[in-house]
Amino acid sequence: MKRRNDLEKFCIKIRIETLKQIGNLGFGHVGGCMSIAETLAVLYGGVMKTDSANPKWEQRDWLVISKGHAGPAIYSTLALRGFFDMSLLKTLNRGGTSLPSHCDKNKTIGIDVTTGSLGQGISQAIGIALGHKLKKMDNWVYLILGDGELQEGQVWEGAMFAPHHNLDNLIAFVDNNKQQLDGFTQDILNVESIHKKFEAFNWHVQSIDGHDVIAIEEAVECAKKAAGKPSVIILETQKGKCCTYTEGVLDNHHISVCEQDTKRAVAKLEAQLAKYE
Amino acid sequence: MNIKLAENRLLEETSLADAYLDTLLELARSDESVMSLEADLMKSIGVKFIEKFPKRTINCGIAEANMVGVATGLGAVGMKAYTHTFAPFLTRRAYDQIFITTAYGKGNVKLIGSDPGITAAYNGGTHMPFEDAGLLRMVPDAIVIDISDSTMLKCVLKDIKDIFGVQYVRMPRCAVDKIYACDSVFDIGKGIVLKDGTDATIIASGILVSEALDAAHQLEQEGISARVVDMFTWKPIDKDLIVKCAKETGAIVTAENHNIVNGLGSAVAEVLGENSPVIMSRIGCKDRFGEVGSKEYLMDEFEMTADDIAKQVKVVLNQK
Repeated sequence: MKRRNDLEKFCIKIRIETLKQIGNLGFGHVGGCMSIAETLAVLYGGVMKTDSANPKWEQRDWLVISKGHAGPAIYSTLALRGFFDMSLLKTLNRGGTSLPSHCDKNKTIGIDVTTGSLGQGISQAIGIALGHKLKKMDNWVYLILGDGELQEGQVWEGAMFAPHHNLDNLIAFVDNNKQQLDGFTQDILNVESIHKKFEAFNWHVQSIDGHDVIAIEEAVECAKKAAGKPSVIILETQKGKCCTYTEGVLDNHHISVCEQDTKRAVAKLEAQLAKYE
Repeated sequence: MNIKLAENRLLEETSLADAYLDTLLELARSDESVMSLEADLMKSIGVKFIEKFPKRTINCGIAEANMVGVATGLGAVGMKAYTHTFAPFLTRRAYDQIFITTAYGKGNVKLIGSDPGITAAYNGGTHMPFEDAGLLRMVPDAIVIDISDSTMLKCVLKDIKDIFGVQYVRMPRCAVDKIYACDSVFDIGKGIVLKDGTDATIIASGILVSEALDAAHQLEQEGISARVVDMFTWKPIDKDLIVKCAKETGAIVTAENHNIVNGLGSAVAEVLGENSPVIMSRIGCKDRFGEVGSKEYLMDEFEMTADDIAKQVKVVLNQK
């Protein structure tokens, strides 16, 4: 229970700091940041081998956030884990910032790969995993894909490649929040069964509740045992989850936020956090 | 730079495809990070590398976008991926991946685009890129090189091994005319004056360097002194040499196996316009699509022969 509580608290803090960042700016990709908060809490809550004092540590595990617009959520996570000062979060997306809207490894300490052009992250994650195999290194490579992003053809080029090269050091997540910018994914361009698709491409596949931290942690442990093939964990999530002004809202991909919105949303999350104390 | 011209400018006995693989093998023997990536065109360029280094050869299949991303990922963990396919499939199809994944992300990938321009010959319009190097010119910080012969290819492939970033090398697979003696050494970014002259300068690259030299010799018979420059590095372009040639000869003709739109001629014109405007003209593909045919037929069809170049030199001299 303590483990669950710790991870859930971390997750709420990620959400609070993310909403503050976006609220401070007045607009941003709230929906897709909220849906991935539990996964980031689990990865940076002990699953991933990282060192905030030495972000480029050769033995570290890598994270490729292919849905690069989730930048603010990972920035909160990294700041909370001590990769950089919390005060930096106020600079999100301002001119000259080291925290741009989309992930940039050359600007942000702790970001492993530059992303933002959807569909491209999987190939880089594959190259990194392949490179580690060639160098006989045992680093894990984690990848976060959006469900809308699966509409990009390059994802399926990569999906074919990874099992062919037995990349069992690669663990992908699909943030299946079922929404994309223009609406519900099934209405825009239906991806159909993500589970069956990856299974057909010979991945080890699990579908879990993407808002259950222990389920995520256990799925990663299970994925690590899938010898000989890459693993994908399909996270059943809700876009905009746990944010008063986005949960259950259709157009929540990139939205304008007023001060009151942020205050209310943060207050609700802080109240949740207080229950753990 | 230490340039020596070949004694006889004859068709080389070795194809550039062989020179490419021989050089890669040599590099791979001394550097464990050297890899070869292909997109189902390995048998078109040769299998020597995979025979010696099967683990360091990745045939990515017909999936160029993924190949460029994989190469970038490999580069992120210290590998040096020589990434080859036909130039249009590399530069056009995977342009966004080259631009964003590799270049914007400050990755390290060595891009080799084969069969540029008319050297795609019998593969025709679908395979005939007159825009590949132009596309790469638009990628910030990329190095863009148009290969003239096997000596240059070997030197360039060695030089780019330890340069971090995006390098694009466009090379025919076939044998080409030998321009340089085997012990020549090239400096990326420095144009080469192959023949001096005072009336005009022909700035050429790739397979048109040999045509430019023929044109200069033809012109010499007619009492016209034409300088010939091999501007093998399109980017960063040798601005100083272009300005010097403009000031000393007062007229420029460029010659390229590429669209004259956003090609070598454009790059030279940019330098001239901003620094030393002189009369100039461009030999190359005049904003057309490719088509099938022999190299000779296509040289005529796209007006890239020595005769075309010589004629154009006389045109600019009349306007001088």
